[in-house]
Amino acid sequence: MDPDFVAQFVLNALSLGSLYALMALGMAIVFGVLRLVNLAYGELIMVAGYTLFVLNDSPLPWLVLAVAAVLAAALASVLTERIAFRPVRVNSLNAMLVTSFAVSTLLQNAALLLVSPRTRAVSVPGLLTQSLEIAGLRVSVANLMTVGVSLGLLFGLNLLLRRTTLGIALRAAADDFPMARMLGVRADRVIAAAFAISGVLAGVVGLFWVARVGSVIPTIGAGPLLIALIATVIGGMGGLAGAIAGGYVLGALTVGMQLLLPSGLIDYRDAFTFGIVILVLLVRPQGLIPGRQSARVG
Amino acid sequence: MTSLRAAITRHRALAVLLVLVVAIAVTTNLFGDRLLDRIVTVLFIDLILVLGFQVFSGNSGLLSFAQIGFMGIGAYTSAIFTMTVEAKGFAIPDLYAFLVPIQVPFIAAVLLGAVIGTLVAAAISFPIMRLSDVASVISTFALLVILHVVFAHWSALTNGPRTVFGLVQHTDLPTATLWALVFVAVAWGFKHSSLGLRLRASRDSEFAAATIGLDIVRLRWTAFLVSAFICAFAGGLWAHFITSFSPQAFYLTRTFLILTMMIVGGPRTVSGAVAGTIIVTVAFETLRTVESTINLEQLLPFQVVGLTEIILAIGLIVVLAFRPGGLIEEREILSGPAGPRAEPLGPPGLEPTGKAR
Repeated sequence: MDPDFVAQFVLNALSLGSLYALMALGMAIVFGVLRLVNLAYGELIMVAGYTLFVLNDSPLPWLVLAVAAVLAAALASVLTERIAFRPVRVNSLNAMLVTSFAVSTLLQNAALLLVSPRTRAVSVPGLLTQSLEIAGLRVSVANLMTVGVSLGLLFGLNLLLRRTTLGIALRAAADDFPMARMLGVRADRVIAAAFAISGVLAGVVGLFWVARVGSVIPTIGAGPLLIALIATVIGGMGGLAGAIAGGYVLGALTVGMQLLLPSGLIDYRDAFTFGIVILVLLVRPQGLIPGRQSARVG
Repeated sequence: MTSLRAAITRHRALAVLLVLVVAIAVTTNLFGDRLLDRIVTVLFIDLILVLGFQVFSGNSGLLSFAQIGFMGIGAYTSAIFTMTVEAKGFAIPDLYAFLVPIQVPFIAAVLLGAVIGTLVAAAISFPIMRLSDVASVISTFALLVILHVVFAHWSALTNGPRTVFGLVQHTDLPTATLWALVFVAVAWGFKHSSLGLRLRASRDSEFAAATIGLDIVRLRWTAFLVSAFICAFAGGLWAHFITSFSPQAFYLTRTFLILTMMIVGGPRTVSGAVAGTIIVTVAFETLRTVESTINLEQLLPFQVVGLTEIILAIGLIVVLAFRPGGLIEEREILSGPAGPRAEPLGPPGLEPTGKAR
């Protein structure tokens, strides 16, 4: 095989995988403490996108807008936890899951109502659309930045989780919540923190996602939600390392299928990836990197 | 004698539900208003779908997202079997040649759709029934996505993402009423059958049920197939009412609506399914009228879209927070005192054992 081709493949897979890993991580961190598959996760990305759109014409530098978008997504995440999930938390897991479905519908329709059902263009800084020539390979700046920012975030999050009290409380809660509470970890605070981190990750993903598409619509969150869902399942629900691994595996799979599947089957790519999800749940429910056991009978 | 009287008391609620459905249909007919007629017809089709969801989720305690996909299979299959050769030429130009000349009567086509929907469900769902909790929900969610992708791309059967149009409208109010009655009775019968009882036992305590030797996977699977049959049947009825549709009709928006109906009413009871469908339909239609009035009269400087869904979503969250078991939680309406039956182990809801902290 042509080495340039391989290098290109690795680079694309790495860039897409980094983005997917961030998406999965945002989902897994909430799942860890609450066992909630947050179906409203994609809408946080939408919130980041619309924040960029609303601030489109402001004279502020793009970096400031980006920070604002990330903060908006984090705020939305914390607010949904406070308003919708907290009252439902004491009920069944399914009640919480349906609540997240309702929140997703609510936020999407709020965007319909307040902005527009139509696609809205978002201006992307010129830098992100350029590409560089490195050792004979064409590399887009956006891809490089995705990899860089993702690695930075992963590193930072790792520090947070290992070195700070909050991070240790988070990990303890994900491991055994009742025990953590008995040792004085405040449930409300830990859960709110998990949602805040999830929102920040969704916001960063939103920046790159919107930069890729160049526009925002109310349904923009659907794609990232499905990706995060697949990646967390493949990697292993409940563990953060699993989510990251799942993200990179899915990125490689996606790029690989794009290259290898015959053109007639490419349209069915999503069906294949979701087929893999069901298979993983059946054959190896603990995922690539096991977290806690998933209950099953039979 | 006492057992007969107990049986009558136990099934009194079924009679009430059936009378209620007939009463709604007759009243609608007396009004003779075309719009009301349409709304009630859709209400009855939605009711059948909610019953389909209830048969599986209510009795097994597992939430399933996949059912609207089976509705889609029923809709597409029945459409292919009722359309004339010319209509197929326009609506599904890429259709497999051997399917083009086949044409069967309406109800036969709907039944065929339901059977094929059930067969597909049988083929793909058995292993999934082993899963519980989150894994089970995600798998059914994945199934819905897969079915949607297939609908949107299999041009030789579904015309791809484009709209299928030109069906003859066979479903009217009497048809919908008749089948709503049938499936209310089916859902009721299923719940109170020995199979339903065993399945509900596995819902209330998976491990206790396994200990007394119940084959939980098979029980769930059977319920899933009954559920898929009902939903695919509803899909056929719906397709021949609405007469044109695209894959988007069988995805998250409708899943959300039907789940809302089931959960607001109370997933564990058939009475809840009926009540939830009626309440959500009334709320939905009222809100939609308000929305279109605002837009027509230009009461606000912008077009209002999505308000109905926002208020429904808020309503659903409120119900989940304050009455997670739905309006009619555990006991069917008019079924008398609970008797010697033990109380469920956990809080009412879809899943008593999955108590979160």
